[in-house]
This record gives sequence, C-alpha cells and structure tokens, in this order.
Amino acid sequence: MSKPVVATGHFTGCFGCHMSILDIDERILDLVELVEFNKSPINDIKHFTKPVDIGIIEGGISNDENAEILMEFRKHCKILVAIGACALTGGVPSMRNLVPLKECLEEAYLNGPTVKSENTGIIPNDPDIPVLLDKVYPCHEVVKIDYFLPGCPPSADTIWNALVALLKGEPLNLDYELIKYD
Amino acid sequence: MTHHYREQIKNIANKYGNDRGYLMNIAQDIVKEFGYISDEMVAHVAEILNIPMVQVRDMVSFYSFLPRKPLGKNVIRLSNAVIERMKGADEVGKAFEKELGISFGETTKDNLFTLLHTACIGLSDQAPGALINNVPLTNLKPADVPQIIRDIKAGKNVSDLPQARVLLNLKKEGEVICAPLESGQAIRNALNMKPEEVIAEINKSRLRGRGGAGFPTAMKWDFCRKQKSPIRYLICNADEGEPGTFKDRVILTEYPDLVFEGMTIAGYAIGAKEGIMYLRGEYAYLLDNLEKVLAKRRHLGLLGENICGREGFSFDIRIQLGAGAYVCGEESALIESAEGKRGAPRDRPPFPVQKGYKNEPTSVNNVETLCCAARILEKGGEWFAKIGTKDSTGTKMLSVSGDCEHPGVYEVEYGITIENLLELVGAKDTQAVQVGGASGKCVAPKDFGRRISFEDLPTGGSIMIFGKNRDLLECMHQFIEFFIEESCGWCVPCRAGTTLLEKKFRQILDGKGTVQSLAELRRIAQTVKAMSRCGLGQTSANPVLTTIYDFADLYAERIKEEDGKLLTFDLQKAMKVGIEASGRTMEGVK
Ligand SMILES: Cc1cc2nc3c(=O)[nH]c(=O)nc-3n(C[C@H](O)[C@H](O)[C@H](O)COP(=O)(O)O)c2cc1C
Ligand code: SF4
Ligand code: SF4
Repeated sequence: MSKPVVATGHFTGCFGCHMSILDIDERILDLVELVEFNKSPINDIKHFTKPVDIGIIEGGISNDENAEILMEFRKHCKILVAIGACALTGGVPSMRNLVPLKECLEEAYLNGPTVKSENTGIIPNDPDIPVLLDKVYPCHEVVKIDYFLPGCPPSADTIWNALVALLKGEPLNLDYELIKYD
Repeated sequence: MTHHYREQIKNIANKYGNDRGYLMNIAQDIVKEFGYISDEMVAHVAEILNIPMVQVRDMVSFYSFLPRKPLGKNVIRLSNAVIERMKGADEVGKAFEKELGISFGETTKDNLFTLLHTACIGLSDQAPGALINNVPLTNLKPADVPQIIRDIKAGKNVSDLPQARVLLNLKKEGEVICAPLESGQAIRNALNMKPEEVIAEINKSRLRGRGGAGFPTAMKWDFCRKQKSPIRYLICNADEGEPGTFKDRVILTEYPDLVFEGMTIAGYAIGAKEGIMYLRGEYAYLLDNLEKVLAKRRHLGLLGENICGREGFSFDIRIQLGAGAYVCGEESALIESAEGKRGAPRDRPPFPVQKGYKNEPTSVNNVETLCCAARILEKGGEWFAKIGTKDSTGTKMLSVSGDCEHPGVYEVEYGITIENLLELVGAKDTQAVQVGGASGKCVAPKDFGRRISFEDLPTGGSIMIFGKNRDLLECMHQFIEFFIEESCGWCVPCRAGTTLLEKKFRQILDGKGTVQSLAELRRIAQTVKAMSRCGLGQTSANPVLTTIYDFADLYAERIKEEDGKLLTFDLQKAMKVGIEASGRTMEGVK
C-alpha cells in the first residue's frame, strides 16, 4: 500500500507554525516513515506533482499569490487543515485591516518618517511582486477548510496528534492544555 | 439659549411631579416641544430629577422616536415593513428622495423635512403607509409625493391631506369583539360577584391570552391576585408591534369602551387600583379619542372612585405612550418602559405577576384578551367556551394583509383552516402564508389544511399572504433585518447572532452559498433560537427555520458548489485597491 501523501503550505505568517511542525523532534523520523511529502517548504518541492491526502496550511491570505496557491491546495488536497491564528483569523498581519490599504502603502512608501525625502518614494509596482489584497483574509473566507487547529503556533503535540488521528481515521481527542489559550 | 429651555424643561418635569418614573413622558414632551432631546437637555433633566445623567441618556438613546439631534420641522417616517415594500414602499421612498433631494436619514438644507424609515406602523392593510409628524398617511403612490410636499410647504396641516385617512377595514364582524355593548353592563355583572368568582367565570370560558403566548388568563389573574401585596397593577398591552398586526388598531378605534370595560373588570378581579394602557408610539394619533372615552367613562362613574356605586372599588386608567421599539411589546420590557427606562426585557423569574410594575404584582394582558374578558362577564363563560375549538375558545381578530383582494381585519372563530381563510379574503395563487408575523411561521400550501388555533397554528393576529410571484426568501430576509434593528442588544446570541444569520442568508440569496453555508445557516439559526434571552431573539431565526425545510427548493436553487472554492471571495475585487495604489493595471497581472 502506498503511503499517504502530505503537503504543507505557507502564506502570510511568520513560519512559526512550520517551526512547530518541526518541533515534533525525533517523531519526525516516524513521520517520514508514515507519510510521503509532496509540495512543502520543508523539502522545497515547489509544485504539486500528484493528488495529496492531507494539506496543512499556515498564514492568512494577503496577496494574489497567496490566494492562487491556496486555491491550488484546495484543488489537490482531499483534506485541508488550517493551523495557527494567522490562517484561522488573519492573525497579526491582519492588524492592517484596520487601516485602508491605500493609506498603509502611502504611509510606508511615501509619507512615513523613514522615507528619505519628500516626493522621492514610490509604491512598489514591479510586475513580479504579488499584489496586496484590500485586506488580509482568513483561509476559510477564500476556500473551504476542513479542519482548524488554533494556537500561535499550535504546539507540536497538537499538530502531531491531529495528523496521526487524521491518518488513522480516528476521532481526535486533544488534551485540554493543548487547546487552551488564555 | 441654555436658559431658555432650562426653564421649559423645569416646567415639563414639574408637570410630572419631578418623578423619575415619568422620565419617558418627560423626554417625549421635550421632543414635542423642541423636536429633539440633546445631551445638554439630558443633563438638565438629570439635574432637575436629581438622578445620574447616564440614566437619562440610557433611556433616551434606546427609543427611535426620541431623536438626539435636531430633525427637520416635518418628520416623514416611511414604513419599510415587508408588506409595505411588496405594495410599493420602495418606489414611494424614491419619490420622496427625489422630491426632497435627500436620502433616507437626512434632513433638507432648509430644515423643513427629515426623511426616515420605520418598521411596521400597523397599516399593512392600506400599504404603503407613512407617519408624517405622527399623522398616518395610507395607500401612498409615488405620484402623490410632489403634491404632499407642496401642500406641507404651503402650510397645510398634515391631517388635512387627502392621504391622511386610516380606513377601518373591518371586513368580518364576529360575536365576541365586534358586537354592541352597553357601557358598564359587564362591570355591573362583575361587581355582583366576588373577585374570585369573576376569575372562576373567566376560567370557565377557558380564555387564553391573545398577545402571542396564549397563557390562560384566569390563571394569570389568579397568580396575581394571590400575591401578598397591598398594591397590584393591571397593564393593557397595546404595543402591537408584530409586523403585519393591526387588529388592536381597529379595536382601539371602534371598540375602546370594550377594552376599558375589560381593564376595569381585570382590575377588580386582581385587586388593582391603577391600570396602564401601554400604547405604541405609532398609534399616537389614537390618543385624543382614547382620552375622550376615558373622560366620558369617568363622568359616567365607570372609572374613578366607587365605580358603579360600589363602595371601595376604585380604579383608574392612564395611557403610557411608547416610543417606537418592538421589544417593548414583551411584557417585562414593557414594564421597564412604563417605568420610564429603556425597554430591555427582565430576567424571569420573578414573573410580572410576582414582581412587575414598580416591583408590585402586575398582570399584563393584550387588548383583545381584555375585550374577551368583558364579553365573558356580559354573556357568561359557558357561552364563550362554546365558540371555537377545545383548546382555543372564542374568536380571533386576524389582521390580513399581502396578496389578497380584501385585506383588513376579520373576526373569525378559532379553528378556521388557512384554506378557508384564504377563500374568505380572496387570495389566489398563494405561495405561502406567514402566520404570527415575522416571529411566526411561514406555512406552505401542503399545510393549508391546518387550523388557526393554539393547538395548531397560533398567531397574535398577523396573517401575511405571499402570492406565487413573490421572492419569498427575500421577504424572510427582510424579517431578519427587522430583528437586527429591533434587538435590544442585551445578549450576544441575539445581538450578534441575528447579524451573522443575516450575512449568511444574504450570501445564499446572492447565489454565493455552498452546501456548507446552508449547514452553517441552520446552525446559527438554532443557536440564536436556543440561546437568546427573550422571545425576540428566540423567534428571530424563525423566518429561516420555518422555510429551510418546507421551502427547501427555494434554497437549493441558489446553492452552488465549485471544488471548495468559495463564491463569496472575489479575487479581482480584492486586488483592485492594491493595483490602483501602485499604479499597475489588471493586464499586468495574471
Ligand atoms: C418581542 C415580543 C413582542 C411582543 N409584542 C406584543 C404585543 O405587541 N402585544 C401583546 O399583546 N403582546 C406582545 N408580546 C407578548 C407579551 O410578552 C405578553 O405575553 C402578552 O402581552 C400577554 O398578554 P396576553 O396574556 O393577553 O396574551 C410580545 C412578546 C415578545 C417576546
Ligand atoms: S499563527 Fe503565530 S506562529 Fe503561526 S504563522 Fe501566525 S504568527 Fe506565526
Ligand atoms: S433576545 Fe434580543 S431582545 Fe431579547 S434580551 Fe436578548 S438582545 Fe434583547
């Protein structure tokens, strides 16, 4: 029987959630035995090469590239799990949602105190850089998400337990400490 | 400026004995005098009554008829209730906007007109309707609007406009409410019995409350009477705020004596000396006549000291005017409001019969319930119990509006089927019937054999008929918007839940919902129903919950699923600002 395939994706987050995935320590050896990795920043596979069983995603959606890759994930993954505050709510990056995007950009590139002198700044417009969206969206406002793991980041144990439960098709019982945040 | 109104406010407060319990009346009088009640005026009131300013502001900010900023000299409140919109209220609204050159919520530059929306004003049978300076106008057409504005500008009284007439529209008279009564007859019969015997007679009739909940009236009075307290109150609930209900309007216009007769009997039965009629602010135009009837009854010895010559039985009635809040129809909110506070429901228990108005035992009864009580004392409980069905004795006043030939008020025997009712009112090609108002049930044709009664389809009186060409779910959506507007905001499931419900519902109506959104809609609706604190929240999801199964097709045809991609997310739109701000073009990006 071929191994289940897992992919991970990173959008607008701090990579902390991915660090937490790696934080399962020596269990990573079990993981490599259990599953096959497809697209993921961990192995640097850039494009999906086959259908995936479980996709794990970190970060909110703040630009067109994020949105398109998330849609790719949805297309290729049977089950999509959003992990971390950024993916679930937009998180820290979504603090910019309180200010209209145009004002954000003008403050950063045109009027801010660190802009060298007046009238010299420009808002970056190179066709190669992604376009910022009007606000940072949580993943579930862009595509259908099957499961959510809260935390900033969710602990390694939370992620591990969830992944194992999904792979075995068992109900997920997380200890209270693992999902208590206050 | 300050001094000028300070004196007047002082006089107004004085008129009410500087009593904090009359805060609402004081605020209403201030609004009548100055057109609004500013923060500064609020401060004066607080100082004069010697209460904290927040108490005054808390109350004032709650009511839509107590504006806190100056409005125009003439205030137009166009009803945007569901039936009104079905009958063209939106077009009339546009005509007003065009004629005045302002949008809703605005005041003209010359301060002559303010244009506002308001909920159902109890005129759905002659919609679209509006209140201009509290005077009701009916059957409005867009073409009428320019002349209305011209006339008002020319100084004509609103009540002299041709549209300023409320038709009675009493289409079917029954034997309980719409029958003649010799004033005082029922009271005299009651006074020949002990109060307990009066309650026993009501018990024999098996009368149940007509205001919605259907609580046995005799039991309510008995609870109230048995409380150990020397002071008790009787309140007549004339708030009639449920969209599509206007039967109390007809009763109060045509049979006020019957209502007051019933109130007096109830006062005798429970042992109250004071009765309050809580009249919705939208019905202010009925006030003068009601006061006249009260004065006449005092003159005839049917109110006041030693009523009908009975030594020691005194009872009098005052009318408390509401100020435009649906939730004030809920009995504990109504009591709060009658005490001059914001109309937020109370925790129960204690129930009003235990601790009601001024914390004394209080019976709150609907207008129609009290009319039935008077008739029962005239004709006997047994006579009454023979009418209607086993669990629903007597008749019911129905307010029928929407897609039918003869909208109006019908007094019918309990147990009438929807089918027979539709025939009676001349409704054809009916898609659905909303029984019991926005908070009631949307009934599909397969259920038109069901009966209006407490045991089957209960209603406070509202019957709204939707013809086959109506967009039924859009109508349901408007009901939800009504609840958002009217939520008192106390508890989260209702305050936030109704908004979440509306958003999800809108998504589906716009064809952006997935199978998942439908499940989410159901879940939100159930949470709002189960977790809300009072009847308003508990019924606010009914427009969804009573259509989601019986009209499943209407939902299904709007649901799409596209490989997990959500249709609510519009990437192009989300990119627009970023592209414009950086001076790029859409062509540059994929
Ligand atoms: C949101 C809400 C609005 C209500 N509005 C009215 C109303 O306008 N008139 C009315 O008689 N009862 C209304 N009721 C019901 C009252 O709380 C109360 O049950 C009724 O006045 C009791 O009178 P009854 O026993 O004669 O029916 C409302 C209830 C709720 C929850
Ligand atoms: S949830 Fe926390 S750890 Fe994860 S990406 Fe966001 S900020 Fe980083
Ligand atoms: S359910 Fe709504 S109206 Fe009732 S108390 Fe809660 S917020 Fe107020």
